[in-house]
Amino acid sequence: MKRTLTLWVVTGILGFCIFPWYMTDSGFWSSQTLRDPLVMDSASGLVSIFYHDRWWLFLPLLSLIGVLLVQCLPLRPVLEARLIAGLAIFALSFCALQGLVISRSGPSVFPWLWGEAASSGQPGMGIGAGLFALSALFVLTSSVSHMGRGRGDAFVTGMIGLIVSLVVVFVFYPVLHILVQALQLPGGGYAFSVFASGFFASDIWDLSCLFGGNACGVAINSIFLAVSTGLGTTVLGLAFALFFTRTAFPAKKLLRVLTVIPIITPPFVIGLALILLFGRTGTITEFAADLFGVEKSRWLYGFWGIYFAQMLSFTPIAFLVLIGVVEGVSPSMEEASQTLDANRWQTFRFVSLPLMRPGLANAFLLGFIESLADFGNPLVLGGNYDVLSTEIYYAIVGSVADPARAAILAFTLLLLTLTAFIAQRTWLGKKSYATVTGKADSGQHAALSPMVKRFCYGITLPWAALTAIVYSMIVFGSFVKLWGYNHSFTTEHYVRAFGIDFSDGIRFVGAAWDSYFTTLTISTAAAPLTALIGLATAYLLVRQKFIGKSAFEFGTMLSFAIPGTVIGVSYIMAFNFPPIELTGTSVILIVVFVFRNMPVGVRGGVAAMSQLDKSLDEASLTLGANSFTTVRRVIAPLMGPAMLAALTYSFVRAITSVSAVIFLVSAKHNMATSFIVGRVENGEFGFAIAYSAVLIVTMLAAILGLQFLIGQRRLRRTNRVEGAVAA
Amino acid sequence: MTSAKSKAMLTGVFATLLTSTALAGEVNVICSAEQPWCDLMANAFEAENPDTKVLMVRKSTGETLAQIRAEAGNPKVDVWWGGTGDPHLIAAEEDLTQPSGVDTSKLLGWAQNMHDISDGKTVGIYAGALGVAYNVDVLEDKGITPPACWKDLTDPSFAGEIQVANPNSSGTAYTELATFVQLFGEDEAYRLLAEIGKNVNSYTKSGSAPSKAAARGETGISIGFMHGMVKLASDGFPLKIVAPCEGTGYEVGAVSIIKGAKNPEEAKKWVEFALRADIQSRAPETGSFQVPSNSNAEVAEESPELSLIKLIDYDFATYGASETRKRLLARWDKEVKPASN
Repeated sequence: MKRTLTLWVVTGILGFCIFPWYMTDSGFWSSQTLRDPLVMDSASGLVSIFYHDRWWLFLPLLSLIGVLLVQCLPLRPVLEARLIAGLAIFALSFCALQGLVISRSGPSVFPWLWGEAASSGQPGMGIGAGLFALSALFVLTSSVSHMGRGRGDAFVTGMIGLIVSLVVVFVFYPVLHILVQALQLPGGGYAFSVFASGFFASDIWDLSCLFGGNACGVAINSIFLAVSTGLGTTVLGLAFALFFTRTAFPAKKLLRVLTVIPIITPPFVIGLALILLFGRTGTITEFAADLFGVEKSRWLYGFWGIYFAQMLSFTPIAFLVLIGVVEGVSPSMEEASQTLDANRWQTFRFVSLPLMRPGLANAFLLGFIESLADFGNPLVLGGNYDVLSTEIYYAIVGSVADPARAAILAFTLLLLTLTAFIAQRTWLGKKSYATVTGKADSGQHAALSPMVKRFCYGITLPWAALTAIVYSMIVFGSFVKLWGYNHSFTTEHYVRAFGIDFSDGIRFVGAAWDSYFTTLTISTAAAPLTALIGLATAYLLVRQKFIGKSAFEFGTMLSFAIPGTVIGVSYIMAFNFPPIELTGTSVILIVVFVFRNMPVGVRGGVAAMSQLDKSLDEASLTLGANSFTTVRRVIAPLMGPAMLAALTYSFVRAITSVSAVIFLVSAKHNMATSFIVGRVENGEFGFAIAYSAVLIVTMLAAILGLQFLIGQRRLRRTNRVEGAVAA
Repeated sequence: MTSAKSKAMLTGVFATLLTSTALAGEVNVICSAEQPWCDLMANAFEAENPDTKVLMVRKSTGETLAQIRAEAGNPKVDVWWGGTGDPHLIAAEEDLTQPSGVDTSKLLGWAQNMHDISDGKTVGIYAGALGVAYNVDVLEDKGITPPACWKDLTDPSFAGEIQVANPNSSGTAYTELATFVQLFGEDEAYRLLAEIGKNVNSYTKSGSAPSKAAARGETGISIGFMHGMVKLASDGFPLKIVAPCEGTGYEVGAVSIIKGAKNPEEAKKWVEFALRADIQSRAPETGSFQVPSNSNAEVAEESPELSLIKLIDYDFATYGASETRKRLLARWDKEVKPASN
């Protein structure tokens, strides 16, 4: 164990002495130092101290060297660990402090203290600083484990430390920048009264619509919508999950694709398609008017339209969470129930359904939060139904920018999420939902009772048909000249977007190629990172006990609950200036995706891991494996579906999210969605839809590829369903 | 996109991820006009200045303003080209942009005016008049007489058929509000707007949304900028455009150099380029029918002829100022919004 610690100390010192401490013009990853070690901006920490008089960098280095010295001293182990932890904390905080205090324009406090060299300021931190901070962090966590915390397991404490620091740096730090504005007085200075008067304003909490009044406050609107969507998607998701795992419907594979397509649809496309189908002059509306004399109305614009679009968009998310859970319910339990003379309905109601509770709760929570944060659908279909996410967006970009109001609304949204989160915890309680144990488990899943089966069919089949209609309309729209008016066939949209000229080698002349490649690159980089961090967090939450676990859990959910617009602007505020300067790079896009989508990995992981019996880990640990090996050899293989869900989801979200990236894209790194939104704004629906269709196909291919690679987890029990095999 | 660039994309997808190397000459542009026009400008500029690489991204004016505010002090953008003038004026007022020092003698009066009231920090590049559009099919279906004046819009026969943006979120709708105030006087303007509000089916967030809805028949009548309506009509939608008889206001699209721009010389070159007559004359190629600011530039046939429209003497200095804006919007929230259904 001590060796690991020494290794990290040495890595940190090497990072300090060899790699460029600052971020150079040629990017975070520059290797320029190796060629030109003395130039100011690309110098290593060591060179900066001695050649450029940046003496303040000496303090963090000194503390790491101190760790080496302490290790040589003959001290009691616990005392030694405490000393090392103290030194590591010193190294970390000094590293952070000097970065925060001495910005690009010089020191912000005590200018006389820092000397001549500081007045010219310093650029953002680079790879050297990153390596140093990471090493110091691991020195800290290792020494904490040496003190006996985390059962003395350096892997566990290291993981907790890493995730906590990442969440602090990439979620709390930027979000604080914007929340502080809720307290800001118009002329400068801060006061709590600003927040109080804004927060309790009637336009947020007004309930008058319940009593026949004109309109409710935005928060009430949002809550109403989010609860409806959360419930609706959970029920639909469950119906789909049961349909796929417990029935023998012939065309399952085809339907499976239909359940996935909505989440891989870029924003605005569903809303647009709904308008063309159900709007006042929509195809189906016209049809109904001609046939049944239904009056053409604008019902789609407002609550029902948004709700409809959100149900289409978010049901697959509930489904993805629930299918793993439904699969995981132990057949033995169901068989036991039936042996005890329960009928199928009773088995479902009193055995299977309660065991699915973590899944149901997580699905609801995700649906609720997704609906709160959804931006595209309310924007297109909102009419006069104002919700928090769009209000926040326009508080920031509207014709009067009001950051204080944006911050207060963002805070309201956070509060709602927190409430949902606590409610979910209370409902789940402290019961055990483990059904995947090490024991032989070879029964059959109970078939559905006729009533449940009818319910599943009755819900899923029409819904699937509706989805199919919406999507065939989208494909149709990409092949006609002017959707809705001129339906002559054309491939013009595709040629303009994805044209390739073969006359002189291969030239990608289409307008969309540029953003297409960037999007793919960035989402490919973000997806595995997201899945990794998400599942690691889930492991910590389910399997480890540590102080402040609930706070930790909420912290990981935070970024998901905050609307993309707020995240986008807060990222610019936080990461446009040293110590961490990332704007204009692709790194900031990857980071924003990882931390925004991590909660889905966490939720899916938590749901799946709650079902794995702890005795599996214990068996592995008893046999002498450490927790790293246990995770790698025992837990990870059983987490296949959760991993797949996390990977798929983060890949897809990186491609389809719009509100967060719209502020962060730059000319060099433009994303497909922000490109598409520009086209939609210009009224080029055909082009936008053609591009979206290509993205959908790309993502579908990627998902199928992933599914093939990861495969199904093998639970040593065939996924048989009573009656289904015979049929 | 140039061929060299696309080849680079192919060979080095991962290289784009790992590097952000600065070229010899480059200019970072945020474009707030329509995408095809943005592309045309970037390509034309690169063709003339082969040594300078144009790094362009399209963002709406509100998003751009929010971004340059957040980036103030260490801007990543050099030039902000296109988009309605109000946010450009706000940026000038907040000292986020810097004087470009370009020659404005060839420009029309309203473009020079932008330059003067912002101390040279922003220059007008095009103008677009505010107007009303109606969907011919919808109005025929319902047997409603099309409107000819602003005041016609208060007629109860238009109940539930008018769509207009919310001035709190949309610059277009704010221009409409300010136009009403300048045309009818403040009290009368709010009375009229509240009256019209009874016929409004929804106040959209985006300024261009109402005309798109009218084009597709989702609403009968829209209020917005005429050049957007012309574009929709030329795309084939049954949209007719009305220049209101009382006269109307207009927007001036602008270009500004961001304060502390990393490439000030290229930025200035871009502004001079954007003001040239031959460059402005090319806008209609991309379906952008605004009226160019250079007096020598050709005006497209489809463009709404500004000389035939009764344009009011729009006071950008007064109505662009933050204080007036806040006051007018607060009154709108109190008197107009609640009147809608």
